[in-house]
Amino acid sequence: MTIRVNGEEKLLEKEVNILELLTLQEVKMVEMVSVELNGEILDRDDFETTLVKENDAIELLYFMGGGSFGF
Amino acid sequence: MHIQIAKEHYNQIVEQAKKEFPLECCGLLAGIQTEEAVSIKRIYPLINIDQSSEHFSMDPKEQFTVIKAMRSEGYRMIGNYHSHPYTPSRPSEEDKRLAYDPHIIYGILSLKDDEPVLNFFRITDNETVEKLECLFI
Repeated sequence: MTIRVNGEEKLLEKEVNILELLTLQEVKMVEMVSVELNGEILDRDDFETTLVKENDAIELLYFMGGGSFGF
Repeated sequence: MHIQIAKEHYNQIVEQAKKEFPLECCGLLAGIQTEEAVSIKRIYPLINIDQSSEHFSMDPKEQFTVIKAMRSEGYRMIGNYHSHPYTPSRPSEEDKRLAYDPHIIYGILSLKDDEPVLNFFRITDNETVEKLECLFI
């Protein structure tokens, strides 16, 4: 199955859900990653139940934040 | 590894930080990365959804939009930046705690003194901070 992850083509040998895909992408902090599936942001609670399908376009990004608090 | 940033882009970050003062400003950096250097090619200001003087968060929806725009222009996201309105240009404990991506650079602009100070860092394991040499071109 061929999908696109962050704009790059990726070949999957078997069916996976989003959580498994994050593992394949070597994402360490799953709880700090946002996932967009075909233009829609996925609820984190749905990562495990959402299966990746042929030609899906998936975007992954880490939460970005910080600041001078606690300097 | 060093950072190359055009004076024009530096000025863009400073202007944004001053405009949004006393709130922290934030944004994404697009560019090209080689083994020797990270070259910043474009600045993408984002909204600090925290609207705070001592914290910032980016809106994931806006991040996704901007990252796809970068890609369509032939760049990739190589880092982010934010301002410290009242504190120095180095990562706070909060900055380190929330630095989840060891592959990107983190720019911090301080407005603490009369002259703004911009530095870039890599942050690994939410702890190890490496200050990167920066060439203003």
